[in-house]
Amino acid sequence: MPSTTKVRVFVSLKNGVLDPQGRAITHAIEGLGFSGVTDVRAGRMFELEVDASVTDAALDEMASKLLANMVIENYRIERVA
Amino acid sequence: MAFRSAVITFPGSNCDRDMAVAIEQVCGGEVHRVWHGEAALPEGLDFIALPGGFSYGDYLRSGAMAARSPIMRAVVDAANRGVKVLGVCNGFQVLTESGLLPGVLMRNAGIRFVCREVGLTVANNTSVFTQRYFMGQKITIPVAHHDGNYFADADTLDRLEGEGRVAFRYAEAVNGSARDIAGVLNEGGNVLGMMPHPERFIEAAHGGIDGRALFEGVVRGLVEA
Repeated sequence: MPSTTKVRVFVSLKNGVLDPQGRAITHAIEGLGFSGVTDVRAGRMFELEVDASVTDAALDEMASKLLANMVIENYRIERVA
Repeated sequence: MAFRSAVITFPGSNCDRDMAVAIEQVCGGEVHRVWHGEAALPEGLDFIALPGGFSYGDYLRSGAMAARSPIMRAVVDAANRGVKVLGVCNGFQVLTESGLLPGVLMRNAGIRFVCREVGLTVANNTSVFTQRYFMGQKITIPVAHHDGNYFADADTLDRLEGEGRVAFRYAEAVNGSARDIAGVLNEGGNVLGMMPHPERFIEAAHGGIDGRALFEGVVRGLVEA
């Protein structure tokens, strides 16, 4: 079996896109009695197990074509050593 | 020639039968039921409907998985050839995710699932889907969605409005949609996506019949074409 490495893809909302879920989470944090949190932006993170044949360009395409919706989201790819 | 239509069923679609019944009753002809795993559509279709529901349990984003299913390649090809395509609710989400319509449907601004009858204003009456309505007509159609908050960048919204591609607007606060957009058309006017469910308001027993004219328009446009 070929050895695989881990890749993390972080997807977050673009600046200026309203995030109703993040706002609700902000209120929930407040409700727990914590103060000082002025905003929360909710995103998601994907962990991919990939073998050596998977190029950065291919990862980029996976992220922009499927994992993120480029109308409202940005992504960042991180190869985990 | 008989009117030929298809209703696509994805895993998790739940308005596919209602859609098929609405087409049967208003448009008549032959309604094919097509499973998402098929690679090809029946020959010679006039009209394709993507129904409401929760395809793939809304995994990743609403409509995102369905938009990448095998049948959608055939639907995109058909739409590009000019076949009329209607996406309702989850079907609208599939259309934006597949790139047939611009923008995206985000979580409702109020976070809550909205399930009720809403007032709409007809914003275009020249498309095949809307020709049986009057410009500015107030109609009532039910909605039932969690992710109906239409978003696109300002340039896209300006273009949609400038080209008369906003088909319907909400006449009341529903989900936070940009410029109250409830339904949009593609450039060719042969693809319509909308969050409200016209197929749920086609006979008096439903509580209203304002959805009926949409299906009448679809069949009339095709007969005349």
